[in-house]
Amino acid sequence: MVIDTKLCIGCADCVVACKTENEVPEGYCRDWIAEATSGTFPDLSLEYRSERCNHCDSPPCVHACPTGASFVDEESNVTLVDPDLCTGCKSCIAACPYDARFVLPEGYVSKCTFCIHRVREGLDPACVSACPTRCMHFGDLNDPQSDVSRLLRTRSWKVIAPAAGTEPNVYYLT
Amino acid sequence: MKPHVSRRQFLRIGALGAGTLAVAPTLFRHRPSAASTFPVQNGDTVTLTPTYCEICFWQCAGWVHAKNGRPWKIIGNEDDLHSRGRMCTRGTAGMGAYTDPDRLRTPLIREEGPRGQRFREATWDEAFDFIAARLESVREQYGPESLAMFSHGNGATHFKTLTKAFGSQNITAPSYAQCRGPRDDAFLLTFGEAVGSPERTDIENTRCLVLIGSHIGENLHNGQVQEMSSAIERDARIIVVDPRFSVAASKADRWLAIKPSTDLALLLAWIHVIVEEELYDAEYLAQYATGLDELKEAVRSNTPEWAYPITTIEPDVIRETARMMARNAPATLVHPGRHTTWYGDDTQRMRAVAILNALLGSWGRKGGFFYPSTASVPSPEHPPFPVPRWTWRDLAPNDYPFASSAIASLVRDATADPSMAPDHPVKAWLVYGSNLVYSLPDPDRTIEAIQNLDLLVAVDIQPSEICGWADVVLPECTYLERYDDLRILPGREPQIALRAPAFEPLYDTKPAAWMVRQLAARMGLDDFFPWDDMEDFLERRLRAVGSSLDEMMRIGVKTLPGASPLYIQPGEDVRFNTPSGRIELHSQQLAASGFDGVPRFTPHPEPPPGYYRLIQGRAPAHTFARTTNNPLLNELMSENDLWVNTATAEDWGLENGRYVHLRNQDDRVSRFPIRVRVTERIRPDCVYMAHGFGHTEKLLTKAFGRGVDDNEILADVKVDPVMGGTARRNTFVTFELATAEVEAI
Repeated sequence: MVIDTKLCIGCADCVVACKTENEVPEGYCRDWIAEATSGTFPDLSLEYRSERCNHCDSPPCVHACPTGASFVDEESNVTLVDPDLCTGCKSCIAACPYDARFVLPEGYVSKCTFCIHRVREGLDPACVSACPTRCMHFGDLNDPQSDVSRLLRTRSWKVIAPAAGTEPNVYYLT
Repeated sequence: MKPHVSRRQFLRIGALGAGTLAVAPTLFRHRPSAASTFPVQNGDTVTLTPTYCEICFWQCAGWVHAKNGRPWKIIGNEDDLHSRGRMCTRGTAGMGAYTDPDRLRTPLIREEGPRGQRFREATWDEAFDFIAARLESVREQYGPESLAMFSHGNGATHFKTLTKAFGSQNITAPSYAQCRGPRDDAFLLTFGEAVGSPERTDIENTRCLVLIGSHIGENLHNGQVQEMSSAIERDARIIVVDPRFSVAASKADRWLAIKPSTDLALLLAWIHVIVEEELYDAEYLAQYATGLDELKEAVRSNTPEWAYPITTIEPDVIRETARMMARNAPATLVHPGRHTTWYGDDTQRMRAVAILNALLGSWGRKGGFFYPSTASVPSPEHPPFPVPRWTWRDLAPNDYPFASSAIASLVRDATADPSMAPDHPVKAWLVYGSNLVYSLPDPDRTIEAIQNLDLLVAVDIQPSEICGWADVVLPECTYLERYDDLRILPGREPQIALRAPAFEPLYDTKPAAWMVRQLAARMGLDDFFPWDDMEDFLERRLRAVGSSLDEMMRIGVKTLPGASPLYIQPGEDVRFNTPSGRIELHSQQLAASGFDGVPRFTPHPEPPPGYYRLIQGRAPAHTFARTTNNPLLNELMSENDLWVNTATAEDWGLENGRYVHLRNQDDRVSRFPIRVRVTERIRPDCVYMAHGFGHTEKLLTKAFGRGVDDNEILADVKVDPVMGGTARRNTFVTFELATAEVEAI
């Protein structure tokens, strides 16, 4: 996933789209908005980021999970949680540097799935489809012809907490 | 990462519910491109119903998705010019209006005794009998003109017809004199046409976008948000004038952190530079405009050096930005904004915006203002309305000569003070979807006016504060549970959109159209509604333009033929709808009425020491005061913050997150405290909050007591003499440290 911070306005449409698409209960969210202001009046800059699970190539949550409930889906490389195996022990929550996971009242952990149910149907994740600024892009980073690959080749970008060594897969164009 | 993308198109489409279209596979045969917007999950039955959004006035068209009959989500309609296939945050959260447990559930009639909050549940018959009898008595005693209607939203259509059929044209809305009125009238005076809604701004093609206090991105006027995003992507120049580092300012090439209340000085200085340096579109002005000489003369002394101490914007920045505008003209758009009732001389400020656009040749040009088209859709014919003996204009016959719509605050004032127009008593209010306690300045005056009424009917979906003052409360079902009239608004192409019920109305709520028919039957006004029900009404309108309800259920939005050209063609002869037939840089009309023909800057009062000018705006999660209790939106933003500059906060020892009450220059203190947000993103001489919070109605359980209502602490509400707009930004506040945390409310 590639998100253009030049376009993002922090409106949180992605948050509501995720909540309704995935029927996330009141009080929880799988994606959220981070706002960062730098400088002093009047020399300022402002960045909004739509944040979520980074579906890392080296996912500490999966390594930390004692039951195998957190796993990387072989078909898609998306990090998922199997609610039947999850005991709600929160090891994954402690391991995740992105604070992307939470325990539902039912007792198991939930988080962003990149809307794998939609991706399997050939659709974009709900957040990407809803964004009125069209700042979010989703695709195959292994395909050099994909939009996301092209954007990462032609624009400067960053990831969150690169030092954590998680090799995250959500990129922010700057 | 290697996402595996399966291209199985898996569609499982279910049975028809009453009034709901289950998406038949034919939809996808007709519209293969739309398939991507209609995902279905394994094994679930998904039904789609067309709607257009009622959460704000932009009225984006979309599809209401129900999963196994339960509310699921709302997605934009790809064919819609308003949504372009994407709802905004609030539209996506529209389902929250339906699921809100605090909704009104049944008709209510006020118990005997003073107004306010003591109601009994009533049947619809009781409620209608009560209203019909009271209206009859008002008609007998005072005449039908004594009924005034206040409205907001498309559901009001049939109530407006009822009001006119009854014999009153006193139909008003705070969206005029409390919001966009000065802009509309300034453009009418200059170009003979208003900018309309949605605005005819060609942001999509602009090369230079100038925003003056307009915070697109925080206001989610969907089409404009999307077009601004495309402008950023195209690397169009963006200039933002705002005392606050708005989201738009953060995307801009130049942010002019102007001293609030001085915008007109900056505008005149820009006009001065463009005139002095002859940067204007001389050919365009020669063909279409009049009054250039008077304009030149009037702005001669408005140099950037003159404007600098007033605005705090440096002269070279004023010159540079003026040249930037001229370089990109005519594809330069000095955006007219929307909420423009700021200081009381707002029509003149907006006139300066209109003049600047005229000098740049932006009106009717690509990247400036386009010429919109509106669909012409006949309605079933009814008898002519009775001609009223008087209208709202007679309430103040010598004032506000250029008001192009009824002034809600004037109708309110005349109700409160019958001596204003003794021959024109206002004795009944029909209030549809408009929370007047929050939208009209001086809420005490509104409540005073209500005491003089023989009847106040409030039609709403939720227990808004105005309902508490009503004699009868009629609970409407939400837009997701009803048909409404077609959406017919101006745009680049003439489009119509359908709103159909996705769900049966919850509780004992009903659509407005049904209420109106019930009332009309009791009032002997049936002839004005020559249709059986909304399906019949819509079917007949749609047949008249070669469509049908069946077709609209399948497509939701239809583009009709007959789009007019978007832009003035080179050399085209254009007659403007002004007295001169030309664009009026100097307004003969204004001058003849004793106003400035060319705007002139007059300084506004300054905050006393220790006080800060209160400016207000919108937040992306909310529309006015009407969405704060929507569970999905309340979760995003449950209260407003007071933005305070770091240096100001230090002076007062305010830390981030601290709650304070606000005291205005008249010593009025906010009822609830507000949370301080210490930020560099605002000038030290003003503070900012989003409008619409601080609800006092306890039945709005999520919104009650959260944040401050800017409306209750407005001071020095100057009235624009040109059109009656009420100024919101002459309010100065200081901080009162709250003794209790907000939880203690």
